[in-house]
Amino acid sequence: MAEVRLRVNGADHPLDIQPQVSLLDALREHLGLTGTKKGCDQGACGACTVLADGERINSCLALAVQYEGAEITTIEGIDHPLQAAFVRHDGFQCGYCTSGQICSAVGMLAEHKEGMPSAVTGQGSGSHLSGAEIRERMSGNLCRCGAYNGIVEAIQEVAG
Amino acid sequence: MTQTLPETTTTRESVVGKPVDRVDGTAKTTGEARFTAEFSHPDLTHAALVHATVSRGRITAIDTSAASAVPGVVTVLTHHNAPALKSPRKVTPTDLSTMASGTSVNYLNTDEVHWDGQPIAVVVAESALAAREAAALVRVTYETAESTVDFTAEEPAAKPQKNNLVMQGSAKKGDAEAAFTAAPVKVDRRFTTPPLHHNAIEPHATLAVWDGDRLTVHDATQSIDWLRSHLALRFGIPTRSVRVIAPFVGGGFGGKGFIWAGTILTALAARATGRPVRLVLTRESVYRTVGGRTPSTQRVALGARTDGTLTSLIHTSVTRLGRVGGTPEAVTSQSKHLYAAENILVRQNLVELDLVSNAAMRAPGEAIGTFALEASIDELAYELGMDPIELRMHNEPERNPIDGKQFARRHLREAYRVGAERFGWADRTPEPRSMRDGRWLVGMGVASAFHPSMLFVANVVVRLSVDGTVLVHCGLQEMGMGSATVQAQVAADALGVPVESVRVEYGDSTLPMAPGAGGSMQTASVANSLLAACEKLERKLTKLGRSPQESPAAVLAREGLPSLEVSVGSDTRLGRMAGQLRFMSKFLMDQRRWMKAALGAHFCEVRVDPDTGEVRVSRWTASFDVGRVLNAKTATSQLKGGIVMGIGMALAEQTLIDPRNGRIMNPSLAEYHVPVHADIPPIDITYLDEPDPTMPLGLVGIGEVSITGVAGAIANAIHHATGKRIRDLPITLDKLL
Ligand code: FES
Ligand code: FES
Repeated sequence: MAEVRLRVNGADHPLDIQPQVSLLDALREHLGLTGTKKGCDQGACGACTVLADGERINSCLALAVQYEGAEITTIEGIDHPLQAAFVRHDGFQCGYCTSGQICSAVGMLAEHKEGMPSAVTGQGSGSHLSGAEIRERMSGNLCRCGAYNGIVEAIQEVAG
Repeated sequence: MTQTLPETTTTRESVVGKPVDRVDGTAKTTGEARFTAEFSHPDLTHAALVHATVSRGRITAIDTSAASAVPGVVTVLTHHNAPALKSPRKVTPTDLSTMASGTSVNYLNTDEVHWDGQPIAVVVAESALAAREAAALVRVTYETAESTVDFTAEEPAAKPQKNNLVMQGSAKKGDAEAAFTAAPVKVDRRFTTPPLHHNAIEPHATLAVWDGDRLTVHDATQSIDWLRSHLALRFGIPTRSVRVIAPFVGGGFGGKGFIWAGTILTALAARATGRPVRLVLTRESVYRTVGGRTPSTQRVALGARTDGTLTSLIHTSVTRLGRVGGTPEAVTSQSKHLYAAENILVRQNLVELDLVSNAAMRAPGEAIGTFALEASIDELAYELGMDPIELRMHNEPERNPIDGKQFARRHLREAYRVGAERFGWADRTPEPRSMRDGRWLVGMGVASAFHPSMLFVANVVVRLSVDGTVLVHCGLQEMGMGSATVQAQVAADALGVPVESVRVEYGDSTLPMAPGAGGSMQTASVANSLLAACEKLERKLTKLGRSPQESPAAVLAREGLPSLEVSVGSDTRLGRMAGQLRFMSKFLMDQRRWMKAALGAHFCEVRVDPDTGEVRVSRWTASFDVGRVLNAKTATSQLKGGIVMGIGMALAEQTLIDPRNGRIMNPSLAEYHVPVHADIPPIDITYLDEPDPTMPLGLVGIGEVSITGVAGAIANAIHHATGKRIRDLPITLDKLL
């Protein structure tokens, strides 16, 4: 067992867990924060996306013990215009990928603001966050319901 | 619940058809919506599955000592120590829930192995981590038997599928073979499609709790009612002793329609240990224990006169079943209805393999059948030197081609006209490789979409309260279709109350029985009963002397009544059976009278890299004839969702099965490629909104139609771009080089 103090959504949580417990399982199973979803547990779907010090990560690929001292934000700690925009643009159907999409989008908007390029940057889009830019940057978040159009529209609306 | 003051008047605008936001939007965007794996219970234990590693044989020894020694392990269940389970029953038409079983295997009650991946042991532990670790330590010895697992090798030995009441294995009109031989213009092609998996992002999960002989399960299911009956049957307890709870389901697409090993084994493990058990399948376990879409080989032969008139349409298919179960896919279904061919022959053939049963996946049959048919029509158009839309319109039938039945509604011509205009089809130059955008070869293709429409029995209770709120009780399931939202719209219009005052409670077997979310029939079926219930309520209000200007709540207030309740259908055993028989007979009569279907026209533009063969879908317009649309927002999303899945099927998706041992080689989302954001352009959806006169409110189901035709449209566009006809899905870049 390992003692770890996780800071999640502004609150401290001391935990006594096995060192191999993922951040995702720590959130869902130990802290009861089930808003973060598990779709594959192997880094392939993005359903488990959370923010660690503002950066988006796949929490299923992160060990909880490595995140002591980091500021973790899960969907439960997010209060962002994206959420209402997702509803307006119907950026989901079943809702299972949605927490991950929203957390990922929050992180992505910050990355873009900082000038971080993507694979399509420079192909005529300039600094504007075009649809192609959003699609490229959000491609780590799968949506099997196929709500991609609504998600992109929601992000575009909020990005302005 | 939204509290609303009683209104005094009832004149209000209709909300049916409006883009009403989903009622569960906030829950799903804040992480509040709870899915199956997120329910807990005091004293909860966790389970993990052990899968067989041979495709056929028997277990001769199973060593669980190392697994049992893992700290936290409660028990390791195998066929040696698992409680007895009753075998799944044979399918009977009077009780459709007998169709529910994913396979015929009596898990952990047999030493026989029927497919590579069959669960043969379950570990129960204090944590999921311990269960997972212990499962890896179970050592199994087998006596293997010979198995057949290779679809391509077995496919020539396929046997004809028999006809039954609900599904035809073959049908014909005239002499299609002779007409084909005599036809001056013809194409005769062979197509293949690979096995596919649903890959809902939520993995299957179950939480089972026994209280004496009463069983409660939370389950990621598309079929609350079937699951309840099936569990009662397997555990030998009355149906009323089983409760199934499934408020939110994270996508299904057919994969959660039947009852698979994980669900049964969770309940069994809870029975054996006397403790609540939760099992969340790993992604790999989903692939190994839940069936997917069958692969197919298909032949389409078309004969035509030089003016484009189809004289012969032949469509045959081979698909597979598991030796332990599965349902035939209606691969040739659309070929009986889409074209006015003078002679038609369709025939479906089957092989049985030592693999897990196949399972219905979004538009089972039509999704892959339209690929072959619509690609062949395109080939014929090129043979004839005709525009592919013109060829289709030339053969657009007045009556159902195979049997001359009347169409309940058919506006495919109009759908094509509207779609072509929005898409800009007129700008297309027909010659292959004639359109370019810089380096990219540009291609445009069309295809028709088709899915039959059905209704089934649904029970509802509606309660109107004096505060003006309306409560609808129905055990329907919501996996993203927006069911609760659209039914609230239906009730609001029917009763003349604001949509915000209607609340729909669903997702629980204690509520009146509803059909499963499958076959694109839940919405219409529930709406049908809901409308009947609202009419009943109106009649009661009329009896209470409701004046035209009086709101429903005002009547209750005046009469001093706290609420008024009506129900449609009965949930007693007899009531359910009667309901099922009534619907069966109505269904058959209806089928004899009308041909009902959802229809559409897909227009797609692709860009192909001439050097690498990379295909990008750059534009999409789809124009649908799907009766009356209940909610512009959720319907558009659902129609788009099918197209997205179809794009995956056309260009990337395939489950790879080792032909030597039947093992799935890519059981993960990293190796089975579903479409990602970057693969999907903005999709333009339009629908005619012409009500179907034979359906409640004029609506037909829309959950499946949009995936049909997608792969055909893409294959046709790729041919237009490159001059190459690829008849084997998925159209990966190696096939274009
Ligand atoms: S659950 Fe973490 S990426 Fe899929
Ligand atoms: S909304 Fe269902 S997976 Fe995205």
